[in-house]
Amino acid sequence: MTKRQGRMMWVGALLAGIAVAAALGFTALRKNMMYFYTPSDLVAQTAPKHARLRLGGLVERGSVQRGDGLLVSFTLADCAQSVKVRYEGILPDLFREGQGIVATGTVGNDGAFTADEVLAKHDENYMPPELASSLKTADGKHSCAPFKSVNGNVASAAATAGTR
Amino acid sequence: MAEIGHFALILALGVAIAQAVLPVIGYVRRDQRWLAIGVSGAQTQFALIVLAYGALSLAFVYNDFSLVYVASNSHSALPLIYRLSAVWGAHEGSLLLWVLMLTGWGFAVSLSSRRLPSDIAALVLATMGSISVGFLLFMLFTSNPFERQFPVPADGRDLNPLLQDPGLIIHPPMLYMGYVGFSVAFSFAIAALVTGKLDLAWARWTRPWTTTAWLFLTMGITLGSWWAYNELGWGGWWFWDPVENASFMPWLVGTALIHSLAVTEKRGVLKSWTVLLAILAFALSLLGTFLVRSGVLVSVHAFATDPARGVFILAFLTLVLGSALLLYAWRAPKLVSDGAVELMSREGLLLLNNVFLVAAAAAVLIGTLYPLVIDALGLGKISVGPPYFNAIFLPLMMPLAVLVGMSAKVGWKRARLRDALWSMRWVGLTSLICAVLLPFVLERSWAWLAMFGTLLAVWVMIGSLLDVIHRVRSKRDRWAALRSVPLGTWGMTMAHLGLGFWTLGVTYAGLFSVEKDVRLGPGQSAEIGAYTFTFQGTQHSEGANYRADLGTVIVERNGRPIATLHPEKRLYPSQGSVMTESAVDHNPRRDLYVALGEPIGESGEWALRLYYKPFMRMVWFGGLMMFLGGIAAASDRRYRLERRVPNPVAAAATQAAT
Repeated sequence: MTKRQGRMMWVGALLAGIAVAAALGFTALRKNMMYFYTPSDLVAQTAPKHARLRLGGLVERGSVQRGDGLLVSFTLADCAQSVKVRYEGILPDLFREGQGIVATGTVGNDGAFTADEVLAKHDENYMPPELASSLKTADGKHSCAPFKSVNGNVASAAATAGTR
Repeated sequence: MAEIGHFALILALGVAIAQAVLPVIGYVRRDQRWLAIGVSGAQTQFALIVLAYGALSLAFVYNDFSLVYVASNSHSALPLIYRLSAVWGAHEGSLLLWVLMLTGWGFAVSLSSRRLPSDIAALVLATMGSISVGFLLFMLFTSNPFERQFPVPADGRDLNPLLQDPGLIIHPPMLYMGYVGFSVAFSFAIAALVTGKLDLAWARWTRPWTTTAWLFLTMGITLGSWWAYNELGWGGWWFWDPVENASFMPWLVGTALIHSLAVTEKRGVLKSWTVLLAILAFALSLLGTFLVRSGVLVSVHAFATDPARGVFILAFLTLVLGSALLLYAWRAPKLVSDGAVELMSREGLLLLNNVFLVAAAAAVLIGTLYPLVIDALGLGKISVGPPYFNAIFLPLMMPLAVLVGMSAKVGWKRARLRDALWSMRWVGLTSLICAVLLPFVLERSWAWLAMFGTLLAVWVMIGSLLDVIHRVRSKRDRWAALRSVPLGTWGMTMAHLGLGFWTLGVTYAGLFSVEKDVRLGPGQSAEIGAYTFTFQGTQHSEGANYRADLGTVIVERNGRPIATLHPEKRLYPSQGSVMTESAVDHNPRRDLYVALGEPIGESGEWALRLYYKPFMRMVWFGGLMMFLGGIAAASDRRYRLERRVPNPVAAAATQAAT
């Protein structure tokens, strides 16, 4: 084997290595990608069943129910539709009724969502950008201001509106 | 006072422009006086930024809520130490800190400029000046920390409670020191490309600066991980959060750069690769700034959501990276005549390790940017989870660990794989025995992943000691031999040992952690292995600017009490935010972690998270060892010996010019 052939072999091995690494990388990427959905998407059944996905919405007021141990269920809604969410575990510090959250998990056959992770962000007025943009109407305003007051607690919605 | 700060910033911008432009004119006209402006410019600019920074700090100390920035990030009840660290608690101030670091590095370069040829020093400082121009413009036009407001609010909105933690006092400055420090390596690379002096001396000048930047970045990342573990992670220590990735990518490329610089200095090869890495490391630092500051990311750290800011940084990034790469493409092929590199030699294997590090950085980059690209193309909103990063990153680190362990036994120029491996047969055997026994002895497990991780960790640890052992064993007076080991070698040994500890920590904390979320009333208990956690209920307590529920958890091992933990749930009324303060009992062997979730029902029951994490401390200890190793390596005598030995060629050239 000449020196040149030897070098070509190394280059070939390197290229093959890169190709394998890239293939593995993109498979891993595809497998671990999670799409973001809203309750309306889930109700319209555009979301795949049994695939891990992220669901964002507002926690409907008065919907949080405790079960045995750390079981908890609540209703997550956007302006149009709502979905029941089950979760077992510790809810984040900023999980509150009326607050925007993002849950990671799967949709079951009954259409309910089983979450294995619930995220709420640190600021009271904060809303995950995906959620904020999915709740926006065509004129660019949040359409969920009426939603909040419809679901009880008109006073607090008015109070928040007043302080802004 | 604030106006003085604002004025100092504007003056600093003027000085930075002069520092960026005049030395270049001096270089073109071969005029020594114009070249010297770089040094005085860098020093004046640093003084001005210190003034501005001091002014902002004073505004925080005296609770000057007429400043918008102070009012939004401080509170009269906030302890003084947090008021001082609140200076970099949000976007505008952290940008000021960034510029302070940048000019600080420029100041340090200007101090050591006497041992550089004057044209190199001038061009390095001019490059740093132009980076500074970009950031000062950004600050003055989009994010001025000295903006006043009227009417003046009675009190501030308080610092984000997450940031009120000792770890957060030093984490951002360390991280920024590292980020910004790569601007020095970048500037040296640009200067080398412009002057065409891409030689061994260049590598020797760049090395201590790069190592220093790297060691700060290492410590910054380690502290960040430690803070996340205590403050927000619910016991996690690395989340592959985009902002973590933003600091990790420059670290990976910076690590590659350190090793590639070693090859360039020792053997004079891989020059153009080294220059490229220097450019990329800084570009990734800038990209990190863009990701964090532009608000394109959903993250704890992403506080700015003004699109103008994102556009500005992106444009600046494109300009810097674009012009640097253009210069590189134009100049590098003409300057470099690299000799051939044998793969089976120290430089060849270092190149291979570079490939792994850069591939890892690329994989992290893809995972971080992919969701942004998909979103920008309107193809939906996705997120890439930690499994992706783990699946890619860990396999890439495995061959790297094997190579690190072998480093002492593979010589420069040409080596034989068989000889190297044969001479390490005892190391290999020891690692193998440890690999089989340790997981069983410590965790009663025969899991092959644990064995593999232990094998790599022990291999790296023993392998990294071989260099020192060699130097000592061949000498008669071992103590004298030990003392004569250069600091650079100690640095390498410590950093590689750190990698070994880190591997051990990641393996055990990753595989054998036990997490339990439980609902406990006062007096009830839960068990993890041999440990029993008994919840004693909570009490009300008052802090300086918060109220808290203070829980008490007693941990027993086989019936003997070993620790009393006090996790807290805090309410900060000024922002209405709730914070979880975990409590951890730790020793090198394991962490026991308790965090309060939320109160459930009326009978004093709480949701609690309990963790058993073996070898958790090793992960941060590894980072600490790398940091200390970096300090040792950067303070090696041979960099200091260089002082006051002028480069005769350059001296002659400059004399001819004047």
